Parts: sequence; structure tokens; C-alpha cells
Amino acid sequence: MTAELDVLAAPARPGRASPPAGRLGRLAQQPFLVLSWIIVLVVIGWAVAPGLFTSYGPYDGDSAAGFAPPSAEHWFGTDRLGRDLFARSVYGAHTTLTATLLAVLVAFGIGTVVGLIAGFGGGIVDTAIMRVVDVFLAIPSLLLAMVVVSVLGYSTQNIALAVGVSSIASFARVMRAQVLAVMTQDYVKAAYGLGGGRLRVLVRHVVPNSLNSVIALAALEVGTAVLAVASLGFLGYGAPPPQPEWGLLVAEGRDYVAVHPWASIMPGLALALVVISTHRISTSYRKEHRR
Amino acid sequence: MLRYLALKAGRALFVVWAAFTLTFVLLFVLPADPVDLLFDPAELNTVTPEVREQVADGYGFDKPVLLQYLARLGHALTGDFGSSVQSGRSVTATILDVLPSTLVLAFGALVLALLIGFVIALAATSTRRAWVRNLAEALPSGAVSVPVFLSGILVLQIFSFQLGWFPAFGDQGARSLVLPMITLAVPVSGPIAQLLVRSFATEFRSGYVTTSWAKGATRGGIVVRDVFRNASLPALTIAGITFGNLIAGSVITETVFARQGIGRMTQAAINTLDIPLVQGIVVLVAASFAVINLVVDLIYPLLDPRLRATLATGSPLTA
Repeated sequence: MTAELDVLAAPARPGRASPPAGRLGRLAQQPFLVLSWIIVLVVIGWAVAPGLFTSYGPYDGDSAAGFAPPSAEHWFGTDRLGRDLFARSVYGAHTTLTATLLAVLVAFGIGTVVGLIAGFGGGIVDTAIMRVVDVFLAIPSLLLAMVVVSVLGYSTQNIALAVGVSSIASFARVMRAQVLAVMTQDYVKAAYGLGGGRLRVLVRHVVPNSLNSVIALAALEVGTAVLAVASLGFLGYGAPPPQPEWGLLVAEGRDYVAVHPWASIMPGLALALVVISTHRISTSYRKEHRR
Repeated sequence: MLRYLALKAGRALFVVWAAFTLTFVLLFVLPADPVDLLFDPAELNTVTPEVREQVADGYGFDKPVLLQYLARLGHALTGDFGSSVQSGRSVTATILDVLPSTLVLAFGALVLALLIGFVIALAATSTRRAWVRNLAEALPSGAVSVPVFLSGILVLQIFSFQLGWFPAFGDQGARSLVLPMITLAVPVSGPIAQLLVRSFATEFRSGYVTTSWAKGATRGGIVVRDVFRNASLPALTIAGITFGNLIAGSVITETVFARQGIGRMTQAAINTLDIPLVQGIVVLVAASFAVINLVVDLIYPLLDPRLRATLATGSPLTA
């Protein structure tokens, strides 16, 4: 059904007629996707080697030069203590991105295993797991993350764990759905027919073929997790103040927003750009792998 | 039909009970000494052992965990979640105090978000220009990507500090509601718009639309008469997600604009480790989520005749 409709819809979309060969050729046709990749790679560079991107240190302040507006010298301006906000954003990338990575790994790792057990186990195991998943889905993830952080204690690492825990349920649900879909496929039945044991079928066929959608979700989750980590940092549950962390940078500038708006807007815009870019990348990943 | 109803209602009840149990385990059992959590971390060292014992006794922490749980569950069933550690008032009364303020904000934001969603979907479907459609399809993902605290600060900066149209902080009068409402509506509108754009596009390519084309209907006529009605229903399926976004967004929005409400109270309760209050809020949110999903599950068949037919014949509908 859809194939036929796609043909009908095709002329309405320009550029679809002759897709250029190769991955790079396709990339060149999507300037925003290229831009998104550049932004993400640069920010990863910030996290890995901040010294290459700025000559200022994150704590070097000159209180005489406090609240300078953005200029050639200070791209993002300076904060109350005259610290360069661009440098603080660059160094903050390490804190925020490490936390994001940890959060996604926790959610992906545990969620995938839980979903696999539910889908492959079936029966009462499946029912029990999915009811628990329902409960986690009923509590908005920011709220759940706040509760978990309050139990674990305030730190960026705990924020990462909390954000990860609060996203386990969505990963488990997607993985279970995929596993159930894969298990009805002929090649799985064939593998059983050839005398494959449950474990062999699970490892050789079910897991590899179920992972694609979960990886797409993980790509999307990166953007969501950056937002969640920064939101919790903004609310004050993360690293203590002198440290640079994106949410905290915005929160620090917020007190002076009436008079010195750039102090919170510039780091905030950098954060928004990163999230938009990761969303753009994950969308294109999903589109490519659906075909 | 009755079985469907009972199943759905049972699941909703289970979610609420489990949310209570989960928060009990997280907040009362897991911490090594829950008494620690009851005091401000900064003042913890000044608390004498006598006071600690007294508090432990007052909250029943010296009793076996199972007894504590049953006692709390029994009280919770009657709507009693204990009293707030900070104010000493009952949790239920504390929540009810600020609930109206958040409800007004959330309802206003929801209406605005639906409006934004429909405008984007209508624009994407009815335009013939590719760039308008591309823009309309890109907007929702932008809306969910901008952190709520940033959009709040931007809106505050532009409309309050620069233009002076609206007050910056506080919760007096309708004018102070406008900026928080806009801020909260933006992230909430994202998923709604995404879903509507998709379902508008699907319906636009369906058979009955081709029939309407053949009968000589105009593009605008088809979008308004045929597509709009059929494509709007799926928006109900993400009511739960929308509710979650409203709650999460209100935590940040109320903090940025210094408005009183459930969101800001949650943040304060967690900052001061006001455990009974946190539990009360989480259970209330989970219960609202369960009720909303239950209502959607129950009214969806009423709105969609195809589903009604499936239910009447008794074939299995849910997995």
C-alpha cells in the first residue's frame, strides 16, 4: 500500500528523482545535516581537548572586566567575575557530555536487557516486567530523575544516573516490541527448525535484528538527555557553582538577566544548538534505516 | 466491553499503587537513615541524638519496614500522605493550595500548544510550496530542542525587560500568566505538532481524499472538510506524553518566572528533602497520568466507529 502511495507523492518532493550515489553524495545534498554534524563534532572536541578551542581558563577571572558584552575578545561575553563565558562553555562541555553519555549508556544497557527478557521470556515474566515499565512511564522523567537525585545526593554523576534510570522504561518498551516482531519472522523459525537452541537463536538472530530501532532511540535520547542533564543542573542538583556546567551557567546568568542578558543566553543558545543538531542527526539515521 | 473497562481500570489502579510503593522504597527504605533526609543537610550536624530519636519515633522509622509501609498505605488510601516536614501542614492541603495556580497555567499552555500544533499541521498539509512544508516539518523538533529555561529567559528578556508589555515575575492577574503560558506551550506543542503533521499527511494520501479530488474539491476544502476531522483524533493517543511534558515543563517554567505552583513546590520539596510532600506529589502525578490514559482509552472507541465495531464483536483489542 505504502509503496504505491510513495510513487504518487514522489513528484511533490524535489530532489528525490535521482539520489546521488554513496553516503557522502547524499550528505552533500543536506546542508543542515552537514552543519549538525559539524556542530556535534566541534562540541565533542570541546569536551575532549578544551585547551585547543580557547586560550582562557574556565576559572580565570578579572573582576574589573565583569559583564562584558560579546566581543571579538570574549565571544560569549564575560560573567559577574569577569570569567570568559565562551571558555566556561567549552570546559562545561566535558561535564555535560560525559553525564549525557553515562545517562544514555545506563538507559540503553539496562533498558535493552529488560526489554529482551520481557519479549523473549514471554508469559508471566513479560507481564510482570511490562507492568513495572508502565509505572515508570507514568511518572514524568524529569520528576523521576529529581526524586532519584534527591536520594543519591547532588552531583553531576548522580544526575547522569538519575536521567539514565528515568529513561530505562522507554528503551525497554521499544526493545520488547522489536523482539516480539523479530520472533515472528521466518528466519527465526528456520533457525529453530535447523536445531538451534534458544540461546543460540537469541544471540545470533533476535538480538542483532532487534537492536536497530533501539539504536535509533539512543540517538534521539542523546539530545533529550543533554536537555535533562542541563535542566537538572539549572535547578541546582549538579556540580557545585564554581564548576562550569551548561545548565548551571544559564542559572548563574539568570540572576542578572534584566541587565546582562547575554550571560545566560549565550551558553543557553550553545546548548540549544547542540540539542537541535543531535535531533537532526537522529532523524536522518531513522529515515535511512527504515528503508 | 465490560471486560475491556475492567482491565483498563485495573491497570490504572495498579499504576497508582505501584507509584506509591516505588516512592516508598526510594524515599523511605533505600536511604541508609531516612532521618538524615528529614533535616536540612547544612544543619544535620547540629541535630542532637535525642531529637533524632524523637523524629524517628514520630515518623515510625523505628518500626519494621513492612508495618511502616502498611500504615502509610492505609493512610494514603484515605488521602492522607502525612504532613510536610517543612511547614508541618498536611501534604494534601499543601498540594491543594498551589494546584489551581498550576492547573490554570497548564490548561492555558495546553490550549496554546494545540493551536500551534494544528496551525503547523494545517500549514504543512495545505501549502504547495516545498519550503513552507519543510519549515513546518522542522519546527516541532526545534520546539522540543530548546531548553525550557532558555526560552523562558528569552521570552522574559524580550517581552518584559525590552518591550515592557508583561510583568516579569509573580502571579498576580492574567497579564503575569501570558509569558509563562507561552514558555510552557512551546515544548508541549512539539510532539503534538509532529503527530498531527504525520497523521494529516497520511490522511491526505488516503482513498477518500482521491475521491474528493475527483469530485472537483479544492485543496483547502479537502484539508478542512476531510483531513482535519479524521486526522485530529490520533492527537488523543499522546495525551499522557503531553501531560508529562506539562508537568516537567511547569517545574522549570514556574522556577524561571518565580510563580507558585506544583512545579516550583516539587523543586522546593526536593531541595529541602521534604519526603512526605515529594511522595504526595509523585503519587498525584502518577494518578493523574493513569486517569488521563484511562479516559482516553474509554472515550476513544466512542469517537472512532471502527474501534467500536471491534469491541462489540469481542475480538481481542489490547495486548
